[in-house]
Amino acid sequence: MIYQDSKTLLAVRGLHATVNGIEILKGMDLTVKSGEVHAIMGPNGSGKSTFAKVLAGHPAYEVSGGEVVFEGSNLLELKPEARARAGVFLGFQYPIEIPGVANSQFLRLAYNTAQAQRGQDELDPLEFDDFVREKMKLLEMNPDFLDRSVNEGFSGGEKKRNEILQMALLEPKLAILDETDSGLDIDALRIVANGINQLANKDNAIVLVTHYQRLLNYIVPDYVHVMESGRIVKTGGKELALELEARGYDWVGSELKANARVSI
Amino acid sequence: MSTALHNLVNQPYQHGFVTDIEADVAPKGLSEDTIRLISGKKNEPEWLLELRLNAYRQWLKMEEPRWPNVKYPKIDFQAISYYSAPKPKNTLASMDEVDPELLRTFEKLGVPMNERAKLAGVAVDVIFDSVSVATTYKAKLAEVGIIFCSISEAVHEHPDLVRQYLGSVVPVGDNYYAALNSAVFTDGSFCFIPKGVKCPMDLSTYFRINTENTGQFERTLIVAEEGASVSYLEGCTAPKFDTNQLHAAVVELVALDNADIKYSTVQNWYAGDENGLGGIYNFVTKRGLCKGVNSRISWTQVETGSAITWKYPSCILRGDNSVGEFYSVALTNHYQQADTGTKMIHLGKNTRSTIVSKGISAGHSNNSYRGLVRIAPTAAGARNYSQCDSMLIGDRCGANTFPYIQVNNPSAKVEHEASTSKIGEDQLFYFAQRGVGAEEAVSMIINGFCKDVFQQLPMEFAVEATKLLGLKLEGSVG
Repeated sequence: MIYQDSKTLLAVRGLHATVNGIEILKGMDLTVKSGEVHAIMGPNGSGKSTFAKVLAGHPAYEVSGGEVVFEGSNLLELKPEARARAGVFLGFQYPIEIPGVANSQFLRLAYNTAQAQRGQDELDPLEFDDFVREKMKLLEMNPDFLDRSVNEGFSGGEKKRNEILQMALLEPKLAILDETDSGLDIDALRIVANGINQLANKDNAIVLVTHYQRLLNYIVPDYVHVMESGRIVKTGGKELALELEARGYDWVGSELKANARVSI
Repeated sequence: MSTALHNLVNQPYQHGFVTDIEADVAPKGLSEDTIRLISGKKNEPEWLLELRLNAYRQWLKMEEPRWPNVKYPKIDFQAISYYSAPKPKNTLASMDEVDPELLRTFEKLGVPMNERAKLAGVAVDVIFDSVSVATTYKAKLAEVGIIFCSISEAVHEHPDLVRQYLGSVVPVGDNYYAALNSAVFTDGSFCFIPKGVKCPMDLSTYFRINTENTGQFERTLIVAEEGASVSYLEGCTAPKFDTNQLHAAVVELVALDNADIKYSTVQNWYAGDENGLGGIYNFVTKRGLCKGVNSRISWTQVETGSAITWKYPSCILRGDNSVGEFYSVALTNHYQQADTGTKMIHLGKNTRSTIVSKGISAGHSNNSYRGLVRIAPTAAGARNYSQCDSMLIGDRCGANTFPYIQVNNPSAKVEHEASTSKIGEDQLFYFAQRGVGAEEAVSMIINGFCKDVFQQLPMEFAVEATKLLGLKLEGSVG
């Protein structure tokens, strides 16, 4: 939701990034204020997931230009774990499996790290068990997931619920959710979207990276951005997503070319 | 490999100091005279000298094994000193008479030589270079008939028992290093649990090599009579030297009817530096004989040290319904090499064995599991379950599994499972994205990987092992 007096959480200006020497982001600009929900859409290969990973500090990507300011400080200077502790959360498109590590252990370690950062008490395993079970209800998750290894043998939908569970535990200021809707059936989509909606408030912000409009039926964005060739080429309100759904991405591209001709 | 991972596996060795203590060191070299010298220093009976000489003569005809998957230059057995003892070595009436320098050494290593110490409840036999310097809780154990002392002492005090069992599980000519050990062994622990006695506390031996160019050849013998049980712990450290030191021990366990022996090792010999210079050659023969019906022998080992490890703690399951177990974590880093595993020899009916092996390789190290499961024609209804998992950290290390399975009885059931995994950049990034740094992440992944083995360790050892693996892998993450 857009609030009149909200402060800027994230300011991305002219961001360029490469992977294996190939430039993927080519002058990305985005400003996100607290309370807002943004959707970044665009065709395959337009750089959406790269953008999400670069914000989180994935080591495979190199920033070659531009700046990212998060709550007034330079995010790019921070190591990935420091970005996470500062309140940047990435919901993974393909959550990583960690065999042998119980999900409950992993979740508690992540939660206690966040608690320590906030200067609040850490929870022992018993206290945490009660706490996490409550949060799992939000996502209609079976408590069995606590005893299993992190993401190992989880279905696509189960992995995505586990991501949002982590978001619920960590209460990040900025959540970037990379294709959280992919691999979800219609019921799971509703449950996950409902969970995300309950976590949204006027002090945090959510950036949804998605191919499809269907997630946006459940989570209504304040802004919809269209990415192409490594930058945002069009920004509109929630109705832009519907237009994209009806007309496809090619239309944005041809409109751009038309505008380009006019400006010449 | 990322720099974070690289730094993580470059933690310095914590026990590399040398104690400045006057030692009685035998001249370098090996001959029948050396053996007579050792035997003479220990004032041994004739039969033991004969056993030593017999072993030596067999050893001369044997060849160093070349089948393990490890590489090292030929050992010059004439360049090693076969005896080193801190001076003066009097018979100690109490702990108060132990050289304070020695006490400080073991305090630094966290070994409780003081019976009033915090870790009270574990009886310890402490071996410094070639000799046993102290055994705690002897009197208390003697009350229930348990003998726990150095093997030198046992030779004098309980000659019949030692003569009956020494070499009964590992014959003097069993293999190259066992023969060498039988010829020159200097000290070790002896433990005898009489019929029907459950040992009231954990027994422990702590081995420390201090003197440079000294080989350590200790001999451990544990006998559990009918219905007896004991849990035995072994720990090892050594200072940092640029030269390699040889450690060739022999451990023999004997379990009679319904007896139960649990043997746990946390091995942290000096492993050499990050370029592979120095470190201990750990060439050890450990074998347990389940002689009686329903007996059980369980080996648990956490191997983190040594430049080269060559070690196969084994069980001979002779008694019907006897049980053999092997739980192992072997971690190698830098240029360490390990060829380790077990042998389960099923002779009796309905014998059962379990093998759980976890190998972790980092740096340029090479880690091999080698295991034999043999079901003899007599072992009707025998069962074995083996699980061998390898984990790779970085991309310059190696892991191998060499399982040998020989089944000669059609009613036997043998299962073998194996897996290989890798700590990847993506896993560490996933942890990082949840605010968790690389050190903590690796520690959690490793502990998860090893948990089936750690569960088998006695409580204090499990804590120590967890910390040790952490120390071996954690470091200054940039």
